[in-house]
Amino acid sequence: MNHLLSITDLTRADIEQLHKLTDSFAEVSRRSIPKVPALRGKNVVWLFYEDSTRTRLSFEQAAKRLSADTMTFSVGSSSVKKGESLRDTVLTIEAMGVDAIVVRHASAGVPWQIAGWLDDRVSVVNAGDGWHEHPTQALLDSYTIREERGSLEGMHIGIVGDVKHSRVARSDVLAFTALGAEVTLVAPPTLLPPSLVGWPVSVSHDLDAVLPSLDVVYLLRMQNERMTEHLVPSLREYTARYGITLRRVDALRDDALVMHPGPMNRGVEISAEVADLPRSVIVDQVRNGVATRMAVLYLLLGQGVEKVLGAEVSELEVVLDPDRARSGPDNQAQGDAKAGQRSSSGAGVRA
Amino acid sequence: MPTIVLKGGRVIDSTGEREADVVIDADGRIAAVGAGLGADRSLDATGCIVSPGFVDLHSHLRQPGHEEAETIETGARAAALGGYTCILAMPNTIPAVDHAGIVREVLELGRAAPCEVHTSGAITVGRAGEQLAPLGEMAELGVRFFTDDGAGVADARLMRRAMEYAGGLGKAVVLAQHCEDPVLSSGGHMHEGEWSSRLGIPGQPAEAEELMVMRDLTLARLTGTRVHFQHLSTARSVEMVRAAKAAGLAVTCEATTHHFTLTHSECASYDPVFKVNPPLRTDEDVAAVKAGLADGTIDCIATDHAPHTQEAKEAAFDQAPPGMLGLQTALGLALTELDLPIAEVLALLSWRPAVILGVDAEHGLPVAAGNPANLTVIDPTATWVVDPAALASRSRNTPYAGRTLTGQVRHTLLHGEPVVIDGEPQR
Repeated sequence: MNHLLSITDLTRADIEQLHKLTDSFAEVSRRSIPKVPALRGKNVVWLFYEDSTRTRLSFEQAAKRLSADTMTFSVGSSSVKKGESLRDTVLTIEAMGVDAIVVRHASAGVPWQIAGWLDDRVSVVNAGDGWHEHPTQALLDSYTIREERGSLEGMHIGIVGDVKHSRVARSDVLAFTALGAEVTLVAPPTLLPPSLVGWPVSVSHDLDAVLPSLDVVYLLRMQNERMTEHLVPSLREYTARYGITLRRVDALRDDALVMHPGPMNRGVEISAEVADLPRSVIVDQVRNGVATRMAVLYLLLGQGVEKVLGAEVSELEVVLDPDRARSGPDNQAQGDAKAGQRSSSGAGVRA
Repeated sequence: MPTIVLKGGRVIDSTGEREADVVIDADGRIAAVGAGLGADRSLDATGCIVSPGFVDLHSHLRQPGHEEAETIETGARAAALGGYTCILAMPNTIPAVDHAGIVREVLELGRAAPCEVHTSGAITVGRAGEQLAPLGEMAELGVRFFTDDGAGVADARLMRRAMEYAGGLGKAVVLAQHCEDPVLSSGGHMHEGEWSSRLGIPGQPAEAEELMVMRDLTLARLTGTRVHFQHLSTARSVEMVRAAKAAGLAVTCEATTHHFTLTHSECASYDPVFKVNPPLRTDEDVAAVKAGLADGTIDCIATDHAPHTQEAKEAAFDQAPPGMLGLQTALGLALTELDLPIAEVLALLSWRPAVILGVDAEHGLPVAAGNPANLTVIDPTATWVVDPAALASRSRNTPYAGRTLTGQVRHTLLHGEPVVIDGEPQR
């Protein structure tokens, strides 16, 4: 594996191995100096053709904690505005000598096109392509569920809202089901993909009927522009039928989690009170995003897939050791504290 | 011009098949058809089929406006190499072919081309779908086909008026429609269904095409004007036309080579070379198009040859323009992919479209003494591999790169002049 373009690039074993790798980098992130020299000398470029704050910052944090050098290709101020083609931009960046391109684009498939134009030496990471996929989001989402509940095997996960336009939903469906979970998409028919042939999911249009059986309720962002496309009559009606409120939370099992990829529309798909409940692991998703992206960048740019996937993660200690020696005891304490808090609240660390 | 004999071939035309040499006179007409004939110059046709030249009802030649993608000259050369002796240019140039001036320009540029170039005219001014174009002025220059191709005429009242008005311009005039309800298809870049859902590419439903087919069949009944449906791509479109023909409506239709050889699953590569409009559809639609070609519901094969530059096609899938090359691969695809007798394939490529376009006094005629020598000689068993760089078009956007096809054009004669000899263009 040279690139991470889609969850379908990964087997269940690959995802589980990445989660273990993520554990190691989560540990790095808890150190007093949360930085390792794993990717020193490697150069990562952010090629973001679409606005993104959290994903870009998360990748940036991940790369910096791995000691990689980073550059940002800012579309607004670049030659794209002068009419440079996507291919020329990519070849220009490649010629500067980069090791990875992390790309976000409003059009589905662009990361595949970029990978096709590049030398095999350069890795491409899909940071979201149109409505299609957002694989690192699915890795961090499944990691978060595993962190809270131990495993996804047999979990019933409801993905609620605008599945049709959601790259998060497409990647999550693939990752959650690969890990043994059962997924139900909950949305009005207008917000579902036109065809679900080949999707390993069930469908419901009735959130209240599904809630009692869910282990995880995963809410998607509802965008204002959907009203002008006649997909729902109004945000008011959407919230009444599909928004998660304290009343609806009452129907959930005690240990059920509430998740959201952000940015949230408080008061639309999720009420402010629900977002702040201990069972809401939305902040944990963001925290785990950094460790997940460290794992992905390390997998692609560090030892390489052959050495990491299928090998014991303990081999990583070669890389992590120097720093570990310096900050070891500190980590241990934080790790214990986290374990304790998780068992009492189910909400993970919010330090 | 010296006399020419096509030696040792098998003649197939609308009247049947026979082994015969064909002699072409110095005036560009067939002089004799029979055994053991000779002439000043001999072109070998051993093991080959001598057919009336092909006629394409759907070529985008891009001139004026997008000469970087194709010119009338390069498009016509690709056509000649594909066995065509007559092609119909589509009006979506810049500016659009919507008045006599542009018609004259296109016809003038076509005069020196190695294939006869006709042009269609737009139905509405600027193909904007708002105001009737001067159909009469264009018809006086010989334009017989009117279409806003690239877009359908969305306004039902305007389409009705266009049909009624065209009815007064002579029996040969045809209104051709690119059927697509633009509101229902809005924002769609591929066929809406299993693959668009999985790939996250916005789709356009088959029903966007079918709604306009349905509407125009209704308007054809209302007005009595001949209507030709361009590039039909869905099973239900084919079925509706089948029923309309059975009911006696004066309608004809075409299908492209890509709509009987490729499906929407190709889009999984995200390569915009597979982006086309109407989009590649399902296996069932492909089967229905093939069945329609076999039973005569679909009257002819058209190419929808649509050149685009490399830079235009290197965009993201949803930003790239739709369209693919077709003129040089049509015969090979038809012979390779259609389970039809060769004579049927030639009918679909030659004499049936010639009749629809009204060029049947010059093209698609039987290979018989006295008729114009617009002929193509094909080797039906030769196999070749499609190499985009070897195509004569200015553009390279063929979806068939690397595909092996059976059936190759050997010689093409335009009014007796060999414009292609042994697969090589002569001008």
